[in-house]
Amino acid sequence: MTKKRLCYLLTFIAYFAMPLGVPFIKSAEPYILGLPLLLFWMVLWIFLGTGLMIIVHRINPSVKEETE
Amino acid sequence: MIISVGIIAIFLGIALFLGIIASRGKDMSLEQWTVGGRGFGSIFIFLLMAGEIYTTNAFLGVSGWMYGKGGAAFFNIAMLNYVIAYWLTPKIWAYGKKHSLLSQSDFFEKAYNSKILGTLVAIVGLAALIPYLVIQLKGLGIIVSEASYGAIDPKLTIWIGTIAMIAYVMVSGIHGSAWTAVIKDFLILGVVLFLGIYLPIHYYGGIQPMWEAIEAVKPGFLTLPDTGFSASWYISTIMLTSLGFYMWPHTFVATFSAKSGNALRKNAIMLPIYALFLLFILFVGAAAILQVPGLEGGAVDLALFKISTQTFNPVIVGFIGAAGLLTAIVPGSLILMSAATLLAKNVVKPIRPQTTDRQIGIIARYSVPVIALVALYFTFSGGGAITLLFLMGYGLVTQFVPAVVCSFLKKNPLTVQGVFAGIIVGVTIVGWQATTGAHLSKLFPSWPSYIQDINIGFLALSVNIIVSLIVSVFTRKLTAKNDEITDEKTVENLQ
Repeated sequence: MTKKRLCYLLTFIAYFAMPLGVPFIKSAEPYILGLPLLLFWMVLWIFLGTGLMIIVHRINPSVKEETE
Repeated sequence: MIISVGIIAIFLGIALFLGIIASRGKDMSLEQWTVGGRGFGSIFIFLLMAGEIYTTNAFLGVSGWMYGKGGAAFFNIAMLNYVIAYWLTPKIWAYGKKHSLLSQSDFFEKAYNSKILGTLVAIVGLAALIPYLVIQLKGLGIIVSEASYGAIDPKLTIWIGTIAMIAYVMVSGIHGSAWTAVIKDFLILGVVLFLGIYLPIHYYGGIQPMWEAIEAVKPGFLTLPDTGFSASWYISTIMLTSLGFYMWPHTFVATFSAKSGNALRKNAIMLPIYALFLLFILFVGAAAILQVPGLEGGAVDLALFKISTQTFNPVIVGFIGAAGLLTAIVPGSLILMSAATLLAKNVVKPIRPQTTDRQIGIIARYSVPVIALVALYFTFSGGGAITLLFLMGYGLVTQFVPAVVCSFLKKNPLTVQGVFAGIIVGVTIVGWQATTGAHLSKLFPSWPSYIQDINIGFLALSVNIIVSLIVSVFTRKLTAKNDEITDEKTVENLQ
């Protein structure tokens, strides 16, 4: 898999994983880190999504090209 | 009351001062006025884009929706817009720099080689920006009136805030917005963190006990209902707002002001963490549910201030009011400037092609008070909750997405006629829904609820894409010339 394709795959996961989990959350419990389950799911994906995009940025060939 | 009003007045004075001196030492050409000479680094770009997150919709609308709708309000902290921004904004910036573009309509005009498409985009952009400006002005009136314990008439506040905005937008353009964003961001973060942590602890003994108390009184309030604001509404709204965030004319133009594509990429990565602070505004709205019961309809937007004035002394209320005031005038100034540029460059110029660039600059500046007066008219005559106005605006600007994305593909599948037809159909659906209040569940009662609940803006976007593609297939031969131009552009982007 090329770096560019890996970037697209990680971006795809960062974009679609959070919405796909929403229909399965039917209850406020269990509270995790003091948050209702749906809100915790949203916050979790802020961090996971940001982490994925940091990885994307580090391996994205366009960034290197522009810097050079 | 005098103390809180005094604090708000001091911050308004500081914002006005910073906004006006921001243009010192700069030759304020149209390019300097609208896109800051394309010289903003990561920090100013971050502040401008972050300023777009913390508008009065965030301050009043998010807490109001948490108060009124419960779990459905959690969509506000979705961060998917930045995933798209990471890939899209550097391309928009590169193309804008290459062709010295100054407005969103310029982009469409150049990418599709069509002045009339540029004018259509300007008109739709203005139609979306006016309600967005109305949101800021309505919020401004609510904030200062509530922070003064009702002593100051909202209309007077709105007039004063609007005059301040007009003054520094006319003098400094985007430089004024960027400098006032500095003071706004520090103040709003401090206020939001303080309120979001203090109120749940003060009233409930902690954050989890607050949620448990709400769930005990209103079972199921913190999840999504099976119909109405259901999972399909929630997901389609997140998608809609993520696609539309950078399609607002003023955020689109803000990307032009960056120094490099990497500044925009870094900005896209870091903004979600900043958006996390919206979580604390959700806490404030949640804390108000059981402490200031009885707010309904548009009054839910008062939740944050009702619980604040009930809890704190006038000094703290003054700082909260000052933060709220800045959440109105900083984004409001960007909106005013973008609307004025669109009007001058993409509506007046096509009507009077002989107008020089210098004259366009003058027309843009003097359009600022005219647009502000139009927004004031709608502010004083219109109603409706802030978040509903906000989502209607998103429904309009999201109709630009297919044309922008397709313009960067190796072979653009859309023709100018296809784009034109798609935008017209999409905007018509959103406008029809906004004016009639129609809902899919009333039109098609036999359809399953997961289809009925889809956000109308997202539905309009889907129809827009289908219409654009069909019309493009039938008009492909007519636009061979346009294809050559967009192909040239694609090559430029790949180089």
